[in-house]
Amino acid sequence: MTVTATPPSSGVTGKISNYLDERTSISGAVKEFGRKIFPDHWSFLLGEVALYSFVIILLSGSFLTFFFQASMASVQYDGSYVPLKGVEMSVAMSSTLDISFDLRGGLLLRQIHHWAALLFISAIGLHMLRVFFTGAFRKPRELNWSIGFVLFVLAMAEGFTGYSLPDDLLSGNGLRIIDGMIVGLPVVGTWISFLLFGGEFPGSDIIGRLYTLHILLLPLVVLAFIVLHLMFVIIHKHTQYPGPGRTEQNVVGYPVLPVYAAKAGGFFFLVFGVVVLIAATVTINPIWAYGPYDPSPVSAGTQPDWYIGFADGALRLMPPHLETYWFGYTWSWNIIIPVLLLLVFLAVVFAYPFFEAWVTGDKREHHVLDRPRNAPVRTAIGAAGVTFYAVLWAGAASDIIATHFKVTMEGVINTLQIMLILGPIFAFMIAKRVCLALQKKDREIVLHGFETGRIVRLPGGEFTEVHQQLDDYDRWQLVSFNDNAPIMVRPNARGKITGATRRRAAWSRFFFEDRIAPVTQTEYKQELEHSHH
Amino acid sequence: MSQKPETHRKRGRRSPVAIVLLVGIGLITTGAAYAMATTATASAEVDLMSPQVIDEGQKLFAANCATCHGQQAQGTDNGPSLIGVGAAAVDFQVGTGRMPMQGNGPQAPAKPVQFTDEQVKALAAYVASLGPGPSIPSQSDLTGGDAANGGELFRINCAMCHNVAGAGGALTEGKYAPELKNTSAVHAYEAMLIGPQNMPVFNDLNLTPSEKKDIVAYLEYLKENPSPGGLELGSLGPVSEGLFIWIIGLGAIIGLTIWITAKSN
Ligand code: HEC
Ligand code: HEC
Ligand code: HEM
Repeated sequence: MTVTATPPSSGVTGKISNYLDERTSISGAVKEFGRKIFPDHWSFLLGEVALYSFVIILLSGSFLTFFFQASMASVQYDGSYVPLKGVEMSVAMSSTLDISFDLRGGLLLRQIHHWAALLFISAIGLHMLRVFFTGAFRKPRELNWSIGFVLFVLAMAEGFTGYSLPDDLLSGNGLRIIDGMIVGLPVVGTWISFLLFGGEFPGSDIIGRLYTLHILLLPLVVLAFIVLHLMFVIIHKHTQYPGPGRTEQNVVGYPVLPVYAAKAGGFFFLVFGVVVLIAATVTINPIWAYGPYDPSPVSAGTQPDWYIGFADGALRLMPPHLETYWFGYTWSWNIIIPVLLLLVFLAVVFAYPFFEAWVTGDKREHHVLDRPRNAPVRTAIGAAGVTFYAVLWAGAASDIIATHFKVTMEGVINTLQIMLILGPIFAFMIAKRVCLALQKKDREIVLHGFETGRIVRLPGGEFTEVHQQLDDYDRWQLVSFNDNAPIMVRPNARGKITGATRRRAAWSRFFFEDRIAPVTQTEYKQELEHSHH
Repeated sequence: MSQKPETHRKRGRRSPVAIVLLVGIGLITTGAAYAMATTATASAEVDLMSPQVIDEGQKLFAANCATCHGQQAQGTDNGPSLIGVGAAAVDFQVGTGRMPMQGNGPQAPAKPVQFTDEQVKALAAYVASLGPGPSIPSQSDLTGGDAANGGELFRINCAMCHNVAGAGGALTEGKYAPELKNTSAVHAYEAMLIGPQNMPVFNDLNLTPSEKKDIVAYLEYLKENPSPGGLELGSLGPVSEGLFIWIIGLGAIIGLTIWITAKSN
C-alpha cells in the first residue's frame, strides 16, 4: 500500500499524466480531491454504496437495453424454455425470456441489474437513517436532505418502472394494483388511468411508456440529482462524529491521497463483487415461473419489490367496506385513506429537518454529528417512523407470514393493524427512555469514572471497588454535545404572544423538557474535589 | 422417517384404552399377514378388485379409521361418510399422510405417511368397494403431457391459491393451499379429481383428463428443473428477495465498510 512519488516526466505513466495535465490542468482538481478527508466511520460509506450500486445499475442496464424490446405486440414464444413454448405473450416478455435463456450471460446481467437495484434502494434507506439519527440534516445540510429525499422517491419510481417492464404475471398484477389505486381516486381517477394506459387497462401502450421513463427520463433526473447531492457534500465538507479536537470549524482525519485512494477505489469493486456473487448464485424475479401477463389469473403471494412493500401493506391493512356515494361518485375510502397516509408519511420525512430547525430555533451551523442518545426525542421519533414503516412492510407480506408461522391471515392482519397504531407509540417511549438512560450512564461515568472490577479492602475492613477516571480523550466524547433548553413563551416586539409562539414553545417542551444536560466543567471539578475529600 | 409411524400414532391417540389395544392387535395381525403377502407380490402393483385385498383393507380400516368414519365408513360426528369418495380420495388422503387425522386444526395437514404403499392400496380398495368414485390414475394418465399448456392452465386454475411457482399460499381462517414442490404426480392428479378439503374439485368438464395430464407434466417439470437463476429462496418472490438483500446483501456490504474504515496500524 505504499505510493512512491515518481518524478513528473519519467516513465510512461508520468508522461501520460504530464500530457493530460498540460492540456486540462486536472492536477488542481486531483489535489483538491486528494485533500478531502477519508471517512473514518463505516456508516459514512453507505452513500457511497448507493452511488456504486447506481453505477452497476447503469452498466448492466445499458447492456439490457441492447436486447430488450418494449413492445406489447403479441407473439408465440419460441425460445428454449420448454414450459412456455408456443405460449402467447408480449414481445417484451418474450425478449426478456430470450435474454434469460438464449443470450450468453444474459440471465446473469438481468440478475445483476435487479439485485443491484434492490441494494441501491436499501443502501439509500440505511444512508437516510444514518443521516437522520446523527442529525446530519441540520443547517447547512437541510437542502441536501431534500435532494436526498427526492432521490429516494425517484429511486422507488425507477425500481417500479423497471420491475414492470418484462410484462410478466407478477409485475402485471402490480400494475393492476396501481391502476386500482388510481381508479379509486374520486372524479379524476378514471381519466388519469385512461391517460396513463392509453385506454382501458392494460392497453397496449404502458410498457413502452414505462420504458421511456425507466431508461431515459428517470435515470437522467436521478443522475442530475446525484451530481447536485455530491456537489453539496463537497461544498459543505463531510460531517464528523464528536471526538477530541473536532469542532464545527475543522474536519479531522486522514486525507484521501495517497493511502486511502486505493481503498476508496477498491471499495467500488468490492460492492460490485458482492452484487455479482449474489447475482450468480441467487435467483431474482424468475419471470419464467410467473408466465406472461394476462389480466385473468392472479397468483397467491403476489408482492411488489421490497421498497414498494410499504404501499402495498397500507392497502392490505386498510379495513374493508369503507365507501360512500357522494355527488354521483363513489368515494373509496379504503383506497383514498391509504394513499393519503403514504403521502403524509413521505411529507413528514421530507419536512422533518425544517420542522426540527423551527422547534429548536437553532440557526447555527452543525458539522459535528449528534450521537443518537444525545437527541432523545429525535431518536425516538425516528424509531417511531421506522416502526410505522416496518409494520406497513410486514403488512405486504401478511399472507406469507400466515402460512410460514402457521397462524391465521385474519390474525396477522388484525395484529398488524393494532401495531400500526400502537407500535410507533411504544417505539417512541422505549427509544426515548433508552436514550435518557444511556445519557445518565454517560454522566455517571464522566463524574465517577468507570468500574475497574478491582476490589480493594480499606484499612477499616470495608470493601470498595476502584473507579477509574476516563482519560481526556474519552471524556471529550461524553461531555461535548448540544444542550437544547426548552424555549420559553415570550411576547414579541409588539408585546403579543402569538399562536405560533405558543405552539413552538409547546413543541420545544415536548422535545427538551426531560433532557439530560452534559456534565459541565464546574460540576466535574467539584466532583473531583469531592472524591478526593 | 419410515421408522417414525409408531411413535406418531401413540402420541396422537386420545381414545380409550380399548381402542388402543384394538389398534395394537390389528397392527400386529395385519403386519404379520403383510410380511407374508409382500414376499409373494414383490412390486407395488395391487389388484384393487381382489376380494383378498379388499378384506385386508377392511381390517386396516376398522383398526385405524372406523373411530371417525364409522365401522361401515358411513360417517360419524368425527368424520364424513366415505361411501362413494373413491379409491383416489383414500390414496391421496392416506398417501400424503393427511389421514388418519390427528388433532383438529383448521385443516388436516400432510404428515409422514403411516402405512406402506400396499396398505394404502388395500384401504383404497376397501373404500372403492363401498360405492363408485374416482379411481387411482394409472401411469398412462400421468405421463406424456404438454408442460407449456399445463403451465397456462395452472396459472389460470390453481395459481390463485397455490401461487404461480407452486410455493403455496394462505387462505382464510388459518387454512392454506400447500406448496406443490414435494407432491408426487399421482397425488397431484388425485387432488384435482377429488378436491381435498378446501380445494375445489376439477371434474372432467372443468379440466379434461388430457388437461390434467398437462398440469401434472408442468408440476413435474418444476420439480425436476431447479431454477436456472440459482437458489430459489423458497420461490416466495419479492418477500424473500427483499429479506435477502437486507440481511445477507447489505449485511456483507456493511461488514466490508467496517473493514475498510478500520484504522490500519
Ligand atoms: C380423527 C378422526 C379421523 C380419523 C382417525 C380418520 N379420518 Fe378421514 N377424515 C376425518 C375428517 C374430519 C375428514 C374431513 C376432512 C375435511 O374434509 O376437512 C376426513 C376425510 C377423509 C377423506 C376424504 C373424504 C372426502 O370427502 O373426500 C378420506 C378419503 C378419509 N378421511 C379417509 C380416512 C382413512 C382411510 C382413515 C384411516 C386410515 C381415516 N380417514 C382416518 C377424520 C378422520
Ligand atoms: C380454492 C383454492 C385452491 C385451488 C383453486 C386449487 N387448490 Fe389445490 N389445494 C388447496 C387446498 C386448500 C389444499 C389442501 C387440501 C388438504 O390439505 O387436504 C390443496 C391441495 C392440493 C394438493 C396436495 C398437495 C400436497 O400437500 O401434497 C395438490 C397437488 C393440489 N392442491 C393441486 C392443485 C391443482 C393442480 C390445482 C389447479 C388445477 C389446484 N390445486 C387448485 C386449494 C386450492
Ligand atoms: C441516489 C441516492 C443517493 C446517493 C447516491 C447518495 C450519495 C451520498 C454520498 C456519497 C454522500 C457522502 C457520504 C455519506 O455521508 O454517506 C451523501 C451524503 C448525504 N446524503 Fe446522500 N445519497 C443518496 C440519497 C440520499 C437520501 C435519500 C437522503 C435523505 C433524504 C440523503 C441525504 C444526505 C445528506 C444530508 C448527506 C450529508 C451527510 C453528511 O455530510 O454527513 N441522501 N450522499
